[in-house]
Amino acid sequence: MRVYATLVYLFLYIPIGVIALFSFNAGRHASQLQGFSIKWYGKALNNPFVMDALETSLIVALVSATFASVFGAMAAVALHGIKGPVRTIFDGLIYVAVMIPGIVIGIATLIGLVTLFDQLNPMIAAIWPGGFEPPKLQMGMLSLIAAHTMFLMALCIIIVRARLSGMDRSLTEASADLYATPMATFRQVTLPLIFPAIVAGFLLSFTFSFDDFIIAFFVAGSETTLPIYVFSSIRRGVTPEINAIGTMVLGVSLVLLVTAQILLRRGEKKSR
Amino acid sequence: MTQRTRNLLLLAPAGAWFLLMLIVPLSVVFIFSFGERGPAGGYVPALTLEQYANLPARWAAFRNTMILAPTGTLAALLIAYPLAYFLAVKVSAKWKMTLLVLVIVPFWTSILIRSYAWIFLLGGRGIPALLDWIGIEGVRLINTPFSVLVGIVYGYLPLMVFPIFVSLDRLDKRLLEASSDLGARPWRTFLQVTLPLSIPGIATGCMLVFILLMGEYLIPALLGGGKVFFVGNALVDLFLQSRNWAFGSAVAVTLVVVMLITVTIYMRFISRVGGTRDDVALM
Repeated sequence: MRVYATLVYLFLYIPIGVIALFSFNAGRHASQLQGFSIKWYGKALNNPFVMDALETSLIVALVSATFASVFGAMAAVALHGIKGPVRTIFDGLIYVAVMIPGIVIGIATLIGLVTLFDQLNPMIAAIWPGGFEPPKLQMGMLSLIAAHTMFLMALCIIIVRARLSGMDRSLTEASADLYATPMATFRQVTLPLIFPAIVAGFLLSFTFSFDDFIIAFFVAGSETTLPIYVFSSIRRGVTPEINAIGTMVLGVSLVLLVTAQILLRRGEKKSR
Repeated sequence: MTQRTRNLLLLAPAGAWFLLMLIVPLSVVFIFSFGERGPAGGYVPALTLEQYANLPARWAAFRNTMILAPTGTLAALLIAYPLAYFLAVKVSAKWKMTLLVLVIVPFWTSILIRSYAWIFLLGGRGIPALLDWIGIEGVRLINTPFSVLVGIVYGYLPLMVFPIFVSLDRLDKRLLEASSDLGARPWRTFLQVTLPLSIPGIATGCMLVFILLMGEYLIPALLGGGKVFFVGNALVDLFLQSRNWAFGSAVAVTLVVVMLITVTIYMRFISRVGGTRDDVALM
């Protein structure tokens, strides 16, 4: 049993380890180890295409995760307090957002927004004052942020709601008994208790958005995110530079994930 | 401001976002699936079932998905179950959480990079080169159904382990003691007590993995080399290469409908087995 478990762990971690190992390879060939070097990291970080893609990915991840965790937390708090049709509708929306495959979300956003923009652009051009180039709505960073935020909001609502339902009800009741206004109860009792869940939701959302390929592939227009860059490079062949980028991407996700885990654990202990 | 108004205000941004970025786009896909392809690609409004009648043209993609998604799910289950059992029953409380987190963490890292690792390992200079060295020659692994299967198991194993672990961890250990006190051999206790009680976890894990596999694109694209393709690959082709939006929409709608049917059957199955449904939170 122990041997079996060890084998599965090796299966899970050897591929990641191999990528990391070969990213420090001094040789030009991707599959022959020839001494230690960090030159491929230097090369990746000096590649303007990589840096542009990285910048796009970071902006998209930061903005989507912020919107998703703030609006998601707001919705989760409201949903905790209500019953009836509104809650049923939201439960359905969250279920659909999580269930529908990413690829279908990507397609739907692509053709939905392109159709909408085709209608809006002539209207904008018509009302735009003469002499200036009218702005043209098109697929790009904003459409990607909007699509990521939609999906991640569902994720954040689920995470914060789980924390809220695990919360001891007597805490808010005690606060009300001590004549705190609902707002004061929220600020001094509820918010501190769900805050770790909100931050964890933010970190998970950031990781997801940063790593997402399939939605971005459809929705990013002419923008290139880091996963899109990596995907098109892989198609051209395996290079040590990709190993270096991959190792950095995995490293960043690992740090964020461990932080999210610790925050969720701590939140769990506090609310009991 | 009443409680109710405040709640509705709090829900407004999320509601508007879901409407604009989920409901409207999905409705557009549904409407477009009854349309026609424009002369230069894109969409021309129409009300026809032509696109659905044309679905057999992409039969190979559906067939591959319907073969490899269940096979991959089953393979993941067979590998995941013993590990979940080990973590839930055999490991001391002190190490349990750490070891579980170590299983789950890879799932939340880039599937792109993790699949890429297997191009590296299964490619000509990876494992085949090693096999060559020990005397087994001419093995080709990459761009075969096998390599896609390896990628699937590798990518989704954590998702399978977690729900099974939860159901086994909740299992009352006294039942196992009772069974052995009554003279049952260990394997009999497993077959008659442990396994039936972990069915909800198995079902949840299989469903999660199966649903995600139905929409998979990256793993077949990277490890199948254009020979082993899924519905996801057909969708990318239809929307980004041939720009046939009407037909692509019909394929997408069909994919979602097949998924919904599967989920419904699963719900029936679960309620018949009578297990409680574990709510799955991956973190």
